[in-house]
Amino acid sequence: MSPDYVLEARNVSKHFTVRGSLGRSAVVQAVQDATVRLKPGQILALVGESGSGKTTLARLLARFYEPTSGEIALRGEPVAGGGRAARRAYHSDVQLIFQDPFGSLNPLHRVRYNLDRALKLHHPSLDGDARLRRATALLERVSLTPAADYLDKFPHELSGGQRQRVVIARALAVEPKVLLGDEPISMLDVSIRLEMLNLLEKLRAEDGLALLYITHDIASARYLCDDIAVMYAGQMVESGPKEEVIAAPQHPYTKLLIESSPDPERAAGDRDELFEGADELGEPPSLIDPPAGCRFHPRCPFAMTQCRSEAPPVTGLGDGHWARCWLHQHGRAGELARTTHAAAMARRAPQEVAT
Amino acid sequence: MRTEFLRSWKVRTGLGGILFFVLLAVLGPWLVDALLGVDPRANDTSAIAQPPSGEHLLGTNQFGEDVLAQTIAGARGSMFVGFLGAAVGTVMAILVGVPAGYFGGRVDAALNFVTNIFLVMPVLPLILIVAGYLQGTGLWVIALIIGLFGWSGGARTLRAQSLSLSGRDFVRAMQMLGERGHRLVFAEVLPHLTGIIASMFLHAMIGAVLAEAGLAFLGISDASAISWGTMIQSAQTQSAVLRGLWWWFIPPGLCIALIGTAAALVNFGVDELANPKLRTARRKTVRRTAAALEKTGSQA
Repeated sequence: MSPDYVLEARNVSKHFTVRGSLGRSAVVQAVQDATVRLKPGQILALVGESGSGKTTLARLLARFYEPTSGEIALRGEPVAGGGRAARRAYHSDVQLIFQDPFGSLNPLHRVRYNLDRALKLHHPSLDGDARLRRATALLERVSLTPAADYLDKFPHELSGGQRQRVVIARALAVEPKVLLGDEPISMLDVSIRLEMLNLLEKLRAEDGLALLYITHDIASARYLCDDIAVMYAGQMVESGPKEEVIAAPQHPYTKLLIESSPDPERAAGDRDELFEGADELGEPPSLIDPPAGCRFHPRCPFAMTQCRSEAPPVTGLGDGHWARCWLHQHGRAGELARTTHAAAMARRAPQEVAT
Repeated sequence: MRTEFLRSWKVRTGLGGILFFVLLAVLGPWLVDALLGVDPRANDTSAIAQPPSGEHLLGTNQFGEDVLAQTIAGARGSMFVGFLGAAVGTVMAILVGVPAGYFGGRVDAALNFVTNIFLVMPVLPLILIVAGYLQGTGLWVIALIIGLFGWSGGARTLRAQSLSLSGRDFVRAMQMLGERGHRLVFAEVLPHLTGIIASMFLHAMIGAVLAEAGLAFLGISDASAISWGTMIQSAQTQSAVLRGLWWWFIPPGLCIALIGTAAALVNFGVDELANPKLRTARRKTVRRTAAALEKTGSQA
């Protein structure tokens, strides 16, 4: 509601219908009741495992498809439907960076063509010379210098990192207010990831761009972001300032995610200890037939009877931090900090057999 | 990339062959008149069904017509039908297949329905019927019929290709920039299909030349026009095979085979361009690599 937010997804859901060979159809609940808010100049990380609906949410925000329910709001104004002109207006504020820099540039077009088309479509008043100057400036902004060398290159003459810079330059050509990064560094060499993160940080600092940074890499999220939102099986389970979420996760899934991510400071022995006794950390559920109640309960070492039948409410924990877990409603939140996920899992195993 | 294409001997030979027949088609009648000094339609009653000789290099047929003059003059008819038929067929395939694959949904359903009808339609009987209705069957009509009934397979291929291309990230990225629909189809998707379209065109050309010959063989053609098909047809009606008049039907048959070979050779080159795995190493590259290896070997 508040115009403080430049881009919002309000309780959006996206269901896909898949048809089987025999005419049977099933509904995949890719995103369920998710809310994301971005302020100008804010970097929000959306983390979760593969198949948790991160990319679907990003594509909803990029308006590749319309949400099944809920709405997308730009500067507080709900957007829906509309013709090509309305879409272009929307996309002059919101641009998406794809995961794969090798796939998001047409191999048959030079760098110059990509930037020129973007400028021509969004700044029709510029003439050829002005567009060339603008394209050169854009390449310089993404540190592709000397820009003249890059203008006439084909994508296959560039490295992955250079291509991703071209993709970012093309997105910046429309002068957006929001960039949606769909795992923008996951396909890049580890050695240039940091440069890309620094570039994104620079864009935020200089232009006040809002950035939704989608990743499954907690370390890069921690490096770049202000806030973290965690998705599991199409739902948002926890969100808050990054240090709080990472240091003291308030949802069992967040805890699992953080403990599973490699940490160079953790020695090999510690790792064995951390995951001892827990062979099975479980797999994400089917989104065609998601578990009743809390979607995480089949994998959750803290699950109670209530978790199996009732979806947990949102519990606010102050300072914009919230989690969707019954533990908070039952005063058991302290247990999260006292144990590790694997240890809790190992402890639960005998009980499972008993019941 | 463009010059790379011309370096392959297959492409050079194939293009040379096609160029030869195109020149023959364009200059044929003039060549016959100026060099041979014979009218392909003139009946030399003194030389009926004569084998090749100094006077008639490829002999004469049952009617005393010069076979060489007829073969050269026939190139125009066959090549005309081949090119026009292939052009009509390829353009139809592009116009139906690419939008069907790119836009999907209802557009796809409608266009695919039409494609499927043409795909299952028995083309030959239909051509017989259509040709029967259109009583004056000149080469134009034959070419149009061949083109209009022969595009459906190509449309299916192009539909499948553009369906896969339309979901690619670079198309989505340009969509997100607000690129216009026709530019998305013609500037983003279509250029990726040039290899397939070129090879489709060449296939269609061979097909149309053969179809013209086949139709003429069945008696559907302009009896007054000279083409390789009508030559073979008249040889057949005069039992040339039984009577051993091989010089009558082999030259036009060989021309059809040669043009097919030439088109197929160019096609190999196009395939190699589209699929680098098929590319064999050029001799020069092999030599250079071997020399370089030797050099490093001797240094070490």
